[in-house]
Amino acid sequence: MEYINLLFSEIYKILYVLIPVLVSVAMIVWLDRRIWAFVQKRRGPNVVGPFGLFQTLADALKYIFKEIIIPASSNKVIFILAPIVTMTLALIAWAVIPFSEDYVLADINVGILYIFAISSLGVYGIIMGGWASNSKYPFLGSIRSAAQMVSYEVSIGVIIINVLLCVGSLNLSDIVLAQEKIWFVIPLFPMFVIFFISSLAETNRPPFDLPEAEAELVAGYQTEYSGMMYAMFWLGEYANILLMCALGSILFLGGWLAPMDTPLFEMVPPPVWLILKILFLFVLFALIKAIVPRYRYDQLMRLGWKVFLPFSLIWVVLTSGYLLYFDLLPVY
Amino acid sequence: MLAHAIFFYFFSFVAIISAIMVTVSKNTVHSVFFLILDFISISCLFIMIGAEFLGMIMLIVYVGAVAVLFLFVVMMLNVAQQKNQWFKSSDTSTHIPIGLIVSLIIFFELIIVIGGWKYKPDIIENFSDNLISNPTNTHTIGSVLYTEYIHLFQISGMILLVAMIGAIVLTFRKREGVKRQNYFSQISREKNQGVELVEVKSNEGVKIDV
Repeated sequence: MEYINLLFSEIYKILYVLIPVLVSVAMIVWLDRRIWAFVQKRRGPNVVGPFGLFQTLADALKYIFKEIIIPASSNKVIFILAPIVTMTLALIAWAVIPFSEDYVLADINVGILYIFAISSLGVYGIIMGGWASNSKYPFLGSIRSAAQMVSYEVSIGVIIINVLLCVGSLNLSDIVLAQEKIWFVIPLFPMFVIFFISSLAETNRPPFDLPEAEAELVAGYQTEYSGMMYAMFWLGEYANILLMCALGSILFLGGWLAPMDTPLFEMVPPPVWLILKILFLFVLFALIKAIVPRYRYDQLMRLGWKVFLPFSLIWVVLTSGYLLYFDLLPVY
Repeated sequence: MLAHAIFFYFFSFVAIISAIMVTVSKNTVHSVFFLILDFISISCLFIMIGAEFLGMIMLIVYVGAVAVLFLFVVMMLNVAQQKNQWFKSSDTSTHIPIGLIVSLIIFFELIIVIGGWKYKPDIIENFSDNLISNPTNTHTIGSVLYTEYIHLFQISGMILLVAMIGAIVLTFRKREGVKRQNYFSQISREKNQGVELVEVKSNEGVKIDV
């Protein structure tokens, strides 16, 4: 009986995080398309519901009722597993995101490593999908995407080390609480910029959307997918984008903390601040999609390995040297 | 405690089955996927005994990086289609004795490790003075790795660096006739370098390729 109660309370807590994430993924897709349209002087989706808010729900309904086509020469088990893996991995990472000091599903000691591990697993969904389709374009797209994601993970890892040096803990709540005096975006501003660009590459967003470059690869790894399975790839992708925005706002923008200690800001509940910061980063993501042309593949690799990695490594040396010299290293 | 036992047996069962499937399955890509499953369940076991840092590093390094490269190589070389002819043919079977020797060495190393852990418990107790005072096992590993074992740590880093340089040297070759882009000259190109306005006379045309 005790176990069953525990099970139900845990499921309740999980749904409490999962359903807002799923709903906000749907809203964020709409926002993305709207911003994209406004930059290009179009209207964007504005028919279904107020301001076209329900457009994504209508699209999802359309995908559910479409036929799922599995190519005859594909590897069927892996073909079906791929979108499930993408979607699941994009959602389970939200378990450790702290929305406020006590509103967090799993407050584990190695939270940041957990998120990093999950986002590095995300590449498998894409590789599996591309390989199992048994077709040229998906395979090329998945190979590109794997190389790209592995490369940019390295620089994201080094950037995270920068933040961890200032915090002295791997726990996400500790990282946020360490920014009570000053958000890390100010002392580590170059790292914030590199983190932002790397997370664009990590989530295959434009200008780094080479895995699904329409002009060359049709739609990359998702070419052979249809119906609900395509929608799952799509949901997973946007959940990943939201996750990277959340990670950026926790690492650099002070998570749930208010910008200032004024009574007016104190009245706003902490999760709202985190959501506003995520939205801010997402609007930047969407604007960049609209205004920047796609990179060439060799430029992408050069940027990752020859510019970002050395620069962030030098910044680790600078940060640790500074902290050591002024005796600011956090001691536990 | 019951849930703990259930999870432990579940993960170890998955780990052993997938380890067997790595060697048994005919399709090499499937083998790599089973290897990934094995890594994941092992890291879950690490987390269950409280070594969360090791478990996460296992996921990041092995699953997130090493196995991706495995998968790359296996997919690119198309080993899946060779099936098991190469394994049986007589002229290329020299790798069987080498494999046996390596697996025997690993087996004896495992015996030594388990024996040391079983019959010399004071080996472990020697570290424990600065371990207890630390709050998490991340701090513990850091405080041991960067103080007592700093030389070994540095040496292993050097070995990896040398291996990386060796791999680059082995695959590096200068090829003739490869077109390369110079980023600096591409970016610093001006309008008047790219476009030239020519007055075209009637019935004469322009010679384009100068």
